[in-house]
Amino acid sequence: MSALLEITDLHVYYPLRAGLLGRHREVVRAVDGISFTVQRGKTVGLVGESGSGKTTTGRALVRLAPVTTGSIKYDGVELTGLSEHAFFAYRKRIQMIFQDPFNSLNPRLTIFQILAEPLEIHFPKQTRAERENRVAELLRLVGLEATHLHRYPHEFSGGQRQRIGIARALAVEPEFIVCDEPVSALDVSVQAQIVNLLRDLQDKLGLTYLFIAHDLAVVEHVSDEVLVMTGGKIVEAASAEEIYAHPKHEYTRKLIDAVPTL
Amino acid sequence: MPDSTPPPLLQVENLRISFHGREHVVEAVKGISFRLEEGHTLAVVGESGSGKSVTALALSKLVPPPPVCTVSGRVLYRGKDVLAASARELQKIRGKEIAYIFQEPGSSLNPVFSVGWQIAEAVKLHLPQVTDVHGRVVAALRDVGIRDPEKRADAYPHELSGGMQQRVMIAMALACEPRLLVADEPTTALDVTIQKQILDLLREVRQRHRMATILITHNFGIVAGFADEVIVMFRGQIVEAGPVAQVLRSPKHPYTQALIACIPRLGDHGRRLTTIDYSKIEAAMAASA
Repeated sequence: MSALLEITDLHVYYPLRAGLLGRHREVVRAVDGISFTVQRGKTVGLVGESGSGKTTTGRALVRLAPVTTGSIKYDGVELTGLSEHAFFAYRKRIQMIFQDPFNSLNPRLTIFQILAEPLEIHFPKQTRAERENRVAELLRLVGLEATHLHRYPHEFSGGQRQRIGIARALAVEPEFIVCDEPVSALDVSVQAQIVNLLRDLQDKLGLTYLFIAHDLAVVEHVSDEVLVMTGGKIVEAASAEEIYAHPKHEYTRKLIDAVPTL
Repeated sequence: MPDSTPPPLLQVENLRISFHGREHVVEAVKGISFRLEEGHTLAVVGESGSGKSVTALALSKLVPPPPVCTVSGRVLYRGKDVLAASARELQKIRGKEIAYIFQEPGSSLNPVFSVGWQIAEAVKLHLPQVTDVHGRVVAALRDVGIRDPEKRADAYPHELSGGMQQRVMIAMALACEPRLLVADEPTTALDVTIQKQILDLLREVRQRHRMATILITHNFGIVAGFADEVIVMFRGQIVEAGPVAQVLRSPKHPYTQALIACIPRLGDHGRRLTTIDYSKIEAAMAASA
């Protein structure tokens, strides 16, 4: 079986401007030659510290970060060379959930507007009634109530906002979701609810996840396979059981040691 | 002698805090009592909205004045009621006796002044007898493990990482040698690896300065091995209190049990995480009331 996502030798470099003319002298090697695959219906965890390049990797998949060199193959199609127009279809198939539920929702839009916007873009033929039904269905899917439709983001708690962020990602019926630190900003008790919700949705909708986080305990918990990243490179890749039972790289052991033990 | 035992460092008696909105009153803290001895560490654990942060602020009367917020009960700091203290007396307590570090170092630091300047400000205010303020600032930065402190004192907050910013906050809190450090979610905004460094640092400095510490957190995971005692807060009330080892080993209240159970553990792949069943806790609270 071929992988849904296949990344080969991916590099993302950011230029550092130097001098008055802004000539590029040096670069930050945010992602420095990584390769991995994600099988359909599975979860691959990407763990590392701030600055390790894990978020940039996730963002590169949805063109929120520029790819310097390397290949991103999705469902057999090379995405890096595609025109914006040709990539549009993949924006629907690949969605993203962001870390900070406080800053990733537009404070001036109601929940209905937030969830209807992607529908207007990707399903322009939908009638208003169909759209309303779909939004109500999405809210139920993530455990919110239809009475919440006309409220604004500030009226919700952090956990509820993250549910709205998840509903927005699900709106366009994606296959693949990049979860960028989806639970890092939440209380541990709420973290457990969101992690369980993501797993339930995966079972129900057959989703594939790239799950990015700095906490190895969470990553190991949700993932089938774990990639450990530092300095823009993947230093260890193994199954979730293996990475905890037999960590090979020193950096992996450091991450394991950092997890508080009860 | 009848008066031989000194009062505890901190004794909170029947503390109630209410916020008055336009339409309704929210009672954030519903009559809690606890005490902290000199040099001890207390953890206050609870979720968002449990009243733990506002309790911490009330310890040096940092809550908004009435009519927005009303506070009743007593907060005895070394036998003296902070809630009844004058503005002038409070100034001597805040920073000098009770210092704080907060969750987001990025928004607690002033972006337009160098970190050295900000630490110097606190030193000049609380320790006017110190003549070598710059030396004191550099020493404070060195104390929290910042390399090259002479140079770093001139750095602005945005030039430092989150972990470094939190070290600066700790340096600032410690520069005036407080007797009590209140750390309100000091590691929540940080990576787990940095969290470990900051907790190790706090452990080390509180020993060196023989300082009492209150750690406020939503995560039971960081309480073990850090605090002597713990109180668990749920909707403005203390539902359980006791020595950390005992509470972790055999939690009595269903809320405490749920808070401990929801933490993801390593080597636990595939198990469904336990979530908190609030109706069960409410039933237990109603039964005990």
